[in-house]
Order: sequence, then C-alpha cells, then structure tokens
Amino acid sequence: MNATAEAIVNPVFDVEAARRDFPILTREIHGKPLVFLDSAASAQKPRQVIDAERYIYENEYANVHRGIHYLSQICTDRMEAAREKIRAFLNAAKTGEIVFTRNATESINLVAASWGRKFLKAGDEIILSEMEHHSNIIPWQFLRDELGVVLRIAPVTDDGEFRMDAFAELLGERTKLVAITHMSNVLGTIVPVADVVRMAHDAGARVLLDGAQAVTHIPVDVQALDCDFYVFSGHKLYGPSGIGVLYGKEELLEAMPPYMGGGEMIRAVTFEKAEWAELPYKFEAGTPAIAQAVGLGAAVDYMTGLGLDAIGAHEADLLNYATQRLSSIKGLKIIGTAPGKSSVLSFTMDCAHPHDIGTLVDRAGVAIRVGHHCAQPLMDRMCLAATARASFGLYNTRGEVDVLTESLEAVQEFFG
Amino acid sequence: MFDDLRELYQEVILDHGKSPRNFREIDHAKYHAHGNNPMCGDQLEVFVETDDAGNITDASFLGKGCAISVASASLMTEMLRGKNIDEARKMFEGFHEMCTTGDDNALAGVGQEDADRLQVLSGVSEFPMRVKCATLAWHTMNAATKGEAGISTEDERG
Repeated sequence: MNATAEAIVNPVFDVEAARRDFPILTREIHGKPLVFLDSAASAQKPRQVIDAERYIYENEYANVHRGIHYLSQICTDRMEAAREKIRAFLNAAKTGEIVFTRNATESINLVAASWGRKFLKAGDEIILSEMEHHSNIIPWQFLRDELGVVLRIAPVTDDGEFRMDAFAELLGERTKLVAITHMSNVLGTIVPVADVVRMAHDAGARVLLDGAQAVTHIPVDVQALDCDFYVFSGHKLYGPSGIGVLYGKEELLEAMPPYMGGGEMIRAVTFEKAEWAELPYKFEAGTPAIAQAVGLGAAVDYMTGLGLDAIGAHEADLLNYATQRLSSIKGLKIIGTAPGKSSVLSFTMDCAHPHDIGTLVDRAGVAIRVGHHCAQPLMDRMCLAATARASFGLYNTRGEVDVLTESLEAVQEFFG
Repeated sequence: MFDDLRELYQEVILDHGKSPRNFREIDHAKYHAHGNNPMCGDQLEVFVETDDAGNITDASFLGKGCAISVASASLMTEMLRGKNIDEARKMFEGFHEMCTTGDDNALAGVGQEDADRLQVLSGVSEFPMRVKCATLAWHTMNAATKGEAGISTEDERG
C-alpha cells in the first residue's frame, strides 16, 4: 500500500442540512433559540424517524407474528426489516442475535437474570469499571445478593482513563464476566474494548459491553470486537424511546432460559409445560414496541446515510472546540480528559453548583444535564457530588458552543 | 443575560449561598439528621440543640449543595433559634407549602417577621425541579426533631 492510498479522506458533513431534519431544533426556549446539549441523556429525533413511526400507524399497523391478515404480515415484515438493519449496523452474524428490549437497562437486566442465574454461582467474579452507569451496576448487585457472586471494580485514573494494568490484575480464574461500558456517559472515556474482550476471553470470561453512549459516536462491529453481549438504547441513537437492543452470540442466547414469560416467546404450550420459540422471539414475550422498532430501523438508516465516520469527525471537532472554549473560563474545571475521549464534556465551576449552572443556562436556551448522571460511584471516585455536562450530537454546531461559553461566562458574572 | 432570574436568586440568597451562617457541627446536639437529595447527589446534615424547656438554643448545618439549598439551610438555622420544636415544625409546614404551591398565605401561621424572611425563597415554586433544593434542609430538620436519622427527598414530592 502506498502513501496515496493511505491518505485520509476528510468526510464531508453538512451540519446545517442535518439540522433541518430535526423539527424540534427550530423552537425557542425562554425566547432564545434552543441549544440542545443533552443528547447523551436522550437525543432529538429526525423527521425520518418521526415519519417512519407515523407512517406505520397510519398505513401498516397491526400486531406482529400473529395474524394471517395482510396488515399483520406487512407490519411483521417491517419490524423484521428493522431487526435486519440493526444486525447490519452492528455487523452481527445473524438476525436472530438481535433481541428487541425496552432499552439498554432492560438488556442488561435480561442478561443478568437469564445468563447470570443459569451460569453463575457463589464465588464467581464479575468485573465492572468505576465508570459504570447505575444500569450496569444494580443488575449485578441483584445477582450478588441472590447468588453470592463477587463484584470487582476496575479503576480509572484521575483523568478518567481506563487502567488496563489494574484491569489485567483483576482478571483471574474466578472471573466469569466482564460487564463494562464502551464509553463513559460522564467522562467521555472510550474503553479499549477490543483489548478488554481479548484479555477477558483469555481468562475464560464472557464480556458484556454497554454501548448506550458509544453506539451513537463510533462504528461498532460486534464480530470484530468478539464481545459476547452488546447493549444499547434506541432513544440515544436518534430513535424512539421504549425500544432497545440486546446483541448476544447465538450459542449463548440459545443456552439461556427466557427472561419473561408470555405470548410470542413460545412454540407450544400446555398447562403442564411450554416449549420456547426460536431466537430471538424466546426473549420477546408480549406484544413488542412495534412502531418504535421500525423507528429505530429508520434511525439506523439515517445514521448510516450520514456516515458514522463523518458524524464522528464532526463531533470530535465540536468536542475539541468546546474543550478549548470552556478551558478559557476561569474557575471552570473539565472532568474527564482521557486521550481519545468522545463527545461529552463534564465540568464544574468554582463559583456555582451544577444545579445553579443548569437553571441559569436554561434561561439562555441551553439544555445541559446536571447532577450525578446515574453514576454515583464514579462521582465518589472523583470526589464530586455533581457535575454539569454538555454532550454533543450530530446536529450541534460551533455556534452553539459559543452560546454555551457565553452563558457560562454570564453564570460566572452572576455568582462571581 | 439572567435578569429574569433575580426573582429566584435574590441578593439574600446569593449572600447566604456564598457565606452560609451556622455552617458548623454542634457537638452532641440533641437533634441531628442527614438529608440526601438523590436527584442531584446533594447531602447535608442538620444539628439542633434545645434547652430543658424544649426551646431551640442553637441550630447549624454542614454539607454541599447549590446556592438555593445552602441559602435555605442557612436562613433556617438563623430562624430556628428561640423557637420551640412545635413552632419549628409549623414553620417547616408553612415553608414547604409556600415552595410547592407559591401561595403567599402558606406562611399565615408563621410570625410576620419570619414570613418576610422566608418569602425570599418563594421564587422556587416557579421552578419545580428546584423545590427539593429549597426544602432539603427543612425536611432534614423535621426528621431530626422526630428522632429519625435521615431523609431522602426521593420519598416525597417537594
């Protein structure tokens, strides 16, 4: 390969065109243009997603996998087409490995309750990291209390970098699972998950990756990563709320018992026993979030159409610019400075508590998240009660970073 | 930029938020409780001392919080002194109602001077997400006087 072939082509990303896809971005808050910097909590929805949901309700809606009538068939086709889009998005080997859930939280609970209860026993160890969202802590605490499994916590540095050396030391014969975030929702840290998976597998452990944040910023290839489970939520990926995804390797999902009982997840039922349906339906008891699944398929199409690399490059530019602008504000401290981090920016200010910051900048039309971000153990680790967090999505602009900066300067003036 | 927020962040609040009064521990206080606002992670402790007749001789607090919660705690500790426990609870109830409803009559059962002082926090009723900030210290004080070790504002509305 010669140098020319290796030259990086700068992806072109037209942010103004993308913004026109998001109807909500035209509205005003307190008389100011909305500056939405809370996509890490939940992203806004493009017209393509809204239209997909509306279209199915107006034209093709019926229950799935049940009726033989026309609408039931076409609606089933639409939902299964969405599943296939998500398979391709994650590059999973098989469509049956894509299980629809409500969100990443439910996906993790499913793995804990089904895989965990069947395959773990007292004394087995699960490794989490200090950066986990509560949704990747509590389900494992349930297992700890129920089965006596042991939770080991992989530390981060003061900058928020994942400590591979310390992680390697935690791995051992008793390690049965590594359940870890792909990207921290507070620090923006990207965990080198390919290395984590390889090391965990060498130790004989399975790996669950919480991709709730990562999947919106970086391309994910579950086969290349070789992770055993990957979970994410639709609503952070510019898709509807109420729909999420569990990816699991087929052999693992096959070996796992159902999570919930009900319709759709069975093959045959008598009052004495039941036979489970094939994958993924075994894990999809009850009428699923049909229109939301279709909407998530539309979101995946939308992201793929824009190009994840192009989106990633745009967001990296915003993060760099915001880091530079906010660093110039006296008394402002950025929390989380790991190299290669992705586009969330947590910070504190000497002059004001995050709650006061949040209330003030809201008046300038700026929506940021304040608090502990459902990651209290990480807050304790960083000796903080709370931070303010600006998170960037594909529709944000440098101009919006300027508005944020000016509003934070005004906060300083107000309390200073 | 934030002129319309002066109603919420009045000078008194900014002052008490920046320089809280009675920000200290009372050794062996008769009443003591922890308050926790799980929504934002804020935590504080309230101490109340009484004499043999049940009158509050000293009140103080420690902890971290936003300007609203620190100012509210600071004002509260100043105002508790000289009250008895019943009066303190009555003040809590009136204050709580004022914060949640914005109703000026909520403080009818409280003396005029105290009512005027508490009025500076009435702005929070316009900010439902911030009501718990203003009431955290008061909930904690109320729990302390009932002999409870602590409260979490998650358990209550407001």
